[in-house]
Order: sequence, then structure tokens, then C-alpha cells
Amino acid sequence: MKKQYTIIVYTENNIGLMTRISNVFSRRHVNIESITCSESEVRGVHRFTLVVHVEEEKVIKIVKQIDKQIEVLKAVYHVNDEIVYQEVALYKIPINVFSSGKEIEHIVRAHYARVLAVKGQFVIIEKTGHKEETQELFDALNPYGLIGFVRSGRIAIPKPMESLKDYIKDLESSINQN
Amino acid sequence: MVTGKAKVMKGCDAIVESLLKEGVDTIFGYPGGAIMPVYDSLYDYQDQLKHVLTRHEQGAIHAAQGYARVSKNVGVCLATSGPGATNLITGLADAYIDSTPLVCITGQVASHLLGTDAFQETDVLGVSTPVTKWNFQITKPEEIPGAIAKAFYIAQSGRPGPVLIDITKDAQFGSLNFKYNKCLEIRSYRPVPSVDLEQVKKAAELINNAKRPMVLFGQGVILGDAKKEFKSFIEKAGIPSAWTILGVSSIPNEHPLNVGMLGMHGNYAPNKLTSECDVLIAVGMRFDDRVTGKVSTFAAQAKVIHLEIDPAEIDKIIKADVAVLGDCKSSLSLLTQYVNSATHTNWLNKFKELDTEEYREVQQKELIPDTNKKITMAEVIDALSVKTNGEAIMVTDVGQHQMVAHRYYQYSSWKSNVTSGGLGTMGFALPAALGAKLAQPNREVIAVIGDGGFQMTIQELGTIFQYEIPVKILVLNNEFLGMVRQWQQLFFDKRYASTELVNPDFQTIVKGYHIPAELVDKREDLSDAMDRFINSNSSYFLEVRVGKEDNVFPMVPSGSSVSDIRLK
Ligand SMILES: Cc1ncc(C[n+]2csc(CCOP(=O)(O)OP(=O)(O)O)c2C)c(N)n1
Repeated sequence: MKKQYTIIVYTENNIGLMTRISNVFSRRHVNIESITCSESEVRGVHRFTLVVHVEEEKVIKIVKQIDKQIEVLKAVYHVNDEIVYQEVALYKIPINVFSSGKEIEHIVRAHYARVLAVKGQFVIIEKTGHKEETQELFDALNPYGLIGFVRSGRIAIPKPMESLKDYIKDLESSINQN
Repeated sequence: MVTGKAKVMKGCDAIVESLLKEGVDTIFGYPGGAIMPVYDSLYDYQDQLKHVLTRHEQGAIHAAQGYARVSKNVGVCLATSGPGATNLITGLADAYIDSTPLVCITGQVASHLLGTDAFQETDVLGVSTPVTKWNFQITKPEEIPGAIAKAFYIAQSGRPGPVLIDITKDAQFGSLNFKYNKCLEIRSYRPVPSVDLEQVKKAAELINNAKRPMVLFGQGVILGDAKKEFKSFIEKAGIPSAWTILGVSSIPNEHPLNVGMLGMHGNYAPNKLTSECDVLIAVGMRFDDRVTGKVSTFAAQAKVIHLEIDPAEIDKIIKADVAVLGDCKSSLSLLTQYVNSATHTNWLNKFKELDTEEYREVQQKELIPDTNKKITMAEVIDALSVKTNGEAIMVTDVGQHQMVAHRYYQYSSWKSNVTSGGLGTMGFALPAALGAKLAQPNREVIAVIGDGGFQMTIQELGTIFQYEIPVKILVLNNEFLGMVRQWQQLFFDKRYASTELVNPDFQTIVKGYHIPAELVDKREDLSDAMDRFINSNSSYFLEVRVGKEDNVFPMVPSGSSVSDIRLK
């Protein structure tokens, strides 16, 4: 059965790794629903978060292939229950729509969103949440003449208490023993 | 860490020095603009580093593959940017799928020109990423020793594979403080998983309770240098053992427990009996579809034990009941301690019965054909096998002759098989053979090639001539792209679309390269010609005209279960 899986990959900071990781998906004709990457809590170690919709058997094989890449420190996958995750979305609305009544303000408040910036002609609203939630706000604002919308990829933190720093320490000491 | 003294030198000299530090004495390559500084350095190092100029970069990389496959060395090749580098891609893909350790160094345009569509600029990292174990671009001279050290470590450790280092021209011209430290570890890379004793015990228990155990072995035995360990294991446990095309020559063919070749054109017995064994022990092999046929029925009745160095291979195709990760040299020797001594006489006899059937239905007709028939490929390989005592290094190309060579050559020496297994690259054998001969000058090296594949890299005759490489070239000429024609005959109603070859006179061509050449068309001439071929001290070309429309059998039609193997 297909399901949504979040894959988290810790890597060294190297040019070309992004291609190596995304190739694992494209070669198997698997669509990446979202992808984000930035430096992790450990300096020089980067963290990719990818979301895919596949069978578990497939995600296992994909994770093994990613883990096999030389500069990948660790790759794991999770179902949604095992992680805390968020996405952020930005909505751009013409200023005249925003100030021509209280409706937009109500919507923003009802969706626990906030006004991020007011810039000349337009207002930027920000909402953090799961995809369904940012989508709901999109649906609510769209009839008012939304002129821009962007949603980030998912970022996620696994629930179990494991520290990346400890993991890297373990890796380095196990290598030194060999 | 091995530390040496630092010395100021140019990047291009540092590249050559780094190769010397890795113990490299032979490299294969082809020059061009973006790699010229390195060639200029090579001029100064001629007595320490032999550079073999092939006639095409594809030839260089296949030669490096042949060199690596029969030695314990990494194959090294050198090419220029753009077309030089892209000509390496087939070889990289081949080495990647067949786990061959290579370090390829390509020149690149100067770093300020990267991304500008400069002359001969190609995104070589981008193009080579899917077919390399690792690749890296050097833009600063001081990165050279570290990156090359890493390249050699990655190429040969764990499951070996090809690595590509792309070096911009300014990095080659610039200077650095050269100090070489061999790479001994990379924190994000654990090449050899340690063997889990619990898994070994579980595997041993399955084996000890098995009535009809069977071993399938692949190239892992050779790559893991586990000659003794493998032999001790199968002998103690008394298990019939069959090989994949890359596994051959791990144990001699005549060993009583060697039950022959698996796969599409393999032997009848091991294909049939994978569907009857109760425990299947896969050693250093990856269940290629040419071996498994229809996966859902493959050994479905058996418990599967998988000894494998690469965790990504476990459960990739066939689910393992017991996976034993690690280097098979270690895992096999542990496993041998835990298995009981056994013999499986009745079970082994079943293989013999089916062998007899295969001999009667297939081999006899191939080896002793009606006298009015053209020479068969099997007769030629058989004569070769007998006259070399099965001791030659066999380098085979791709097609019918490849299957026949593996079916009829009686491999008796360790590490004697060089073929393009996973990728099936026509044109592989001629350059790979010259590389193999340079690595093993004291062994007989024979390239067996079809008339089609011969013409894919025929220009490497020039390399063989120039460097006087005494490699033997056997072309089995059926004037067809034989293997494809066979499929057309069997599965496409004999519609021979573009498989007939109108060939040039190979004798004239080969003689043009000043290599002695001989043509055999009649059966009675074969034996003497084969003697001259083998006894020649120089390179020698033997072309044998074989039946135009002969087929290779047995055969597992693609998509069928291995037990549905056809004898005709
Ligand atoms: C580079 C490449 N192109 C195409 C093929 C497909 N192919 C597989 S076998 C074969 C025919 C080989 O013919 P030949 O070299 O004459 O050998 P034969 O089968 O006749 O022994 C072809 C075209 C291939 N394996 N490699």
C-alpha cells in the first residue's frame, strides 16, 4: 500500500550530493513531493528532508541506496506519526483588498496565520502548519484576489530522543577502532 | 596516517606524484587540450609510469577495467574534457555495474570558464554521477593529493567501483605544497560491514538442517579474495555450487561440487534445481534478472541465505531469510566453523543426471556436429579449452560467443574471467584483453569476440601493435549480430531486421596492423590453426567462420521461470 513517508538524510556538505540523492528517486521513477535542505545542528553536516508517496518496500530500498552514497552519514525514513513536521506558506494580497474591510483579518486570525510584511502595494501573510492547513488558508484567501502563494517543503524532527552529535561521535569512534 | 615531507610543485606534477604514491605503474589514456599539463608531466615520469595510448577513450577505460579485473590494482585512465570525458561513460557504467575499481582523471576547462559553454566544456560531474561510486571536481591545486587519495580509497574498498576526478586546467597549472597522505577512512563511509555472528549461526542452522542445499556464487568471491574460504566452505558442507557469469573461476570447473553456470544460457541442472533446493546460499551475487528469470517463482520453495558486502543488495530482488553482511572472506570462514561436515550424494547425483541430459540434447550436437555442418562456436571454444588446459584468462565480448565461451571453456585457474556481465557492452573485449595482458604478462590472455563487437573497438588493434602486446584475438564470425538474430528467430518470427553484417576482410585489416592473422573455414584446419594461435609469442588473430544461424541453448526465455529452461 502506498503511504506518505518522510526521508531524512544527513550528509557532508559537498557539491553534487543533491544530484546523487535525487537520482536515486528519478532512476526509479519516483516523484519527490517535497524536498528541503539546510545545515543541521552540527556544523558542516547538512540535512535533507524529503517526502514521497510510495510502498514501504520501495522506501526501504530507496533509503538503502541513499545511505550507500559515500558522503551520506545517515538516511532514515518515518511515517507521519513518528515525526513532528511543519511547512511554511506565504500569501501575497493587494493592499486595497486587505484594507477594504475586516474579512481578511478575520481569516488570518481564524487560521492562526500572521501578517508578515506590509509593503507598498501588497501584504504578505505567513502561515505555518501541515499542508492541509496551509491549503485551507489558500482556499480561503484565493477568492479575494491572491496574487502570490508559495509553500515550502516539509521540515521534520523525529520524536525519539536521538542526538545527531552522538551519532556522529559513534561513527567516528567506530572507524577509529577498525 | 602516513605523512611525508611537503614539496612545492605544480598541480599536474602533483597528479602524477599522487598516482606513484598509490603504486600505479600503468595508466591508459588519450590526450587533449584540457589535460595537456598532465601529459607534459608524464613526459618527465616516463620511466616510472607507463602510459598506454589507446585509440579511443572507450578503449582506455575498458583496458583499465581489464587491467583491474585480473590484478589487485585499481585501473587508472586519463582523458581530456568534453568528448574525451564523455567517451568514458560506457566504461564507467560497465565498471559500476560490475564493481570494478577504477580511478578516471579527466581534464576540465579553467575554473573561471565553468558553466560558460567554453570549448570542450561538458558538465562531466553531472554526466558521470549516475555511473560512478564517487566523483569530485578539483578547482584548486592544493585539493589534488587529498582528492586523489580519497579516490583510490573509495574505488577499491568495500564493494569496489569507478571513481572520476575532474581537474580544471588552472588547478593543473597552479602550484601547491605537495604532501601525500593515503586515505584510510571517511567518516560517512563504512565500506565493510562487520559480520554478525548471530546471523552466521542462523545461516549455519539452516544449512545443517537442509536436505538439498545449493550455493549460487558471484564475483564477490573473487573481489573478496576468498578463494580458500569459499572452497573450504562448500567442501565441508558438501554443497553443489553454481556460478553467475562473473563468478566463474572462483573454483575450477572440474571441482566435483561445481555444478555449472546459472542464468539465461547457463546449464540445465543448476537452473532446473534452483526450483528444487530447500536452502539457497547466495554468496557475493546480486540476483540479476538474467540469473533469476521470473523473480516471483525463483527458488520460491527455498529458504534464502545471502552473504553480501553491500547492504543495499539485501532484499533488493530476492528476500533473504538470513542476511549475513560483510566481506565474504570473513563471513565464509566463520560460517565454515559452524556448519557440519556433510555430503549430499543423492542431491548431487540429480545434477549429474540433468547434466547428462543436457549433454545428450545439446552439448553433444554442438561439440560433435554432423560433418556437413559448419564449424560450431562450441567446437572452437572446446579446442581452445583443451589446448590451453583451461588455464588462460578469457576475455569475452557480448553475444552468442560470450555465452558459448562461458559454457564450454573449462576454467581451471583462479581469477581468469573478464567479461562485461552487468552491462553487456559490445566492444569491451579487445581493449579489456590488452589491459589484462599488461597486468598479467605471464599468463595467456585470449579475447573471444563476435564479428559485430569486434568492429565496435577494432581500432584498438593499433594499441596492440604499437605496444607489442601479445594478446590473442579469436573472432567467431557468423556474419550476423548473432544473439539478436537468435531472438528474432525465436521471438520475432525470423524477421531479421538489421542483424545481417556485410563484413570487411578482417584478415586484411588485421594484417594492416602488422598482426599475424589466419582464417579457418574448414573443420579439419581448426586444430592446427589453434596450435599456431596459442603457440605464437606475439599477438595473433584467428578468425573462424562458424554456422551463420546457429543458436545458443539451453535458454530461459526472458520473463520465464528458470525451471522452464528450454533445451531447444
Ligand atoms: C554496445 C551494444 N550495443 C548493442 C548491444 C545489443 N546486442 C547484444 S548481443 C548483440 C549481437 C552481437 O553480435 P556479435 O558481436 O557478432 O556476436 P554474436 O552474438 O554473433 O556471437 C547485440 C547487438 C549490446 N549488447 N551492446
